[in-house]
Amino acid sequence: MKYLLIMLACLLPVASFAGEAQDMAADPVLEKRMIGLAENLRCLVCQNESLASSHADLAEDLRREVREQMQKGLSDQEIIDYLVSRYGDFVLYDPPVKRTTLVLWYGPFVLLLVGIGMLLFQLRKRRSRVMDMELTDEDVRRAAELLNQTAETAQTADESAGIKKDPKA
Amino acid sequence: MMRFILPFVVFMIMAAFMYVGLNLNPHEVPSPLVGRAAPAFTLPQLHEPSKQFSPQDMKGKVWLFNVWASWCTACEHEHPVFMDLARKNIVPIYGMDYKDQRADGEAWLRKHGNPYVLVVSDAEGRVGIDYGVYGVPETYVIDKQGVIQHKQIGAVTPEILDEKILPLIRELQAK
Repeated sequence: MKYLLIMLACLLPVASFAGEAQDMAADPVLEKRMIGLAENLRCLVCQNESLASSHADLAEDLRREVREQMQKGLSDQEIIDYLVSRYGDFVLYDPPVKRTTLVLWYGPFVLLLVGIGMLLFQLRKRRSRVMDMELTDEDVRRAAELLNQTAETAQTADESAGIKKDPKA
Repeated sequence: MMRFILPFVVFMIMAAFMYVGLNLNPHEVPSPLVGRAAPAFTLPQLHEPSKQFSPQDMKGKVWLFNVWASWCTACEHEHPVFMDLARKNIVPIYGMDYKDQRADGEAWLRKHGNPYVLVVSDAEGRVGIDYGVYGVPETYVIDKQGVIQHKQIGAVTPEILDEKILPLIRELQAK
């Protein structure tokens, strides 16, 4: 009996969400279409949430509005136009390409091109700098000296480790 | 030298953009309704529900349409500005009690004073949607032809009233 009561108590929070679920019951197909549309629309009150996920009062009203317009047989595009005419392009998560949104749409590509251009320019400059380096006689002598030195130390190290080297090599 | 100038210039450009960005208010969404006819509606009045009001009744007059609610705290801050403006008799102010209980709206006006010529009640918020209301208070300046000339999102402060709204009203009244 006690366990039954505990299990019932666990169900309580679910019951408290029933208020939200009730709109779903009416017409699941329409509800799915509404949520699909609302996911691409911005809630104006909590601007980083979609109309589908927002719990703001206005979002609930707008979902009701969208639902009613769908029942009237309006197309998705007509409903989007209806909302845009009231709240502006801001409600769209996918803003239309316009003169004012050109930077938004193409800015990143311009920046990418500028970046690639600068990278190529730098690489070319670096390559020419490397090619321009010429060794003087002094450099050659120093390099040879350093190489001999390491060769000798390597040899002594090998000998002390008891490795015999083929003298012809 | 170029090695230092170029990053510095890039940094300054970015800093300038960010500085401007910091001062922008993302909650101020430019309304597509400015420059268009105020959406028509017919709503019952708050104090006399049997009587109705619609914006067509206001043709030929410049008027302010203020959307408020008793649950809205920013409305309390802005309210003295309208009380003051109403006393000066410059422009008629009409109110819309947005998504509110009638009794609450009336009580709020009794407590804070009533600057409105009349108040309509939009209990379900449908007219609010037509006007693109997304955060009360919002205030519309509507001209003699019934065209929305300005939308103020958020509370009207004395500065906004003196610098933006009143000059616009005078200009529209002179037309």
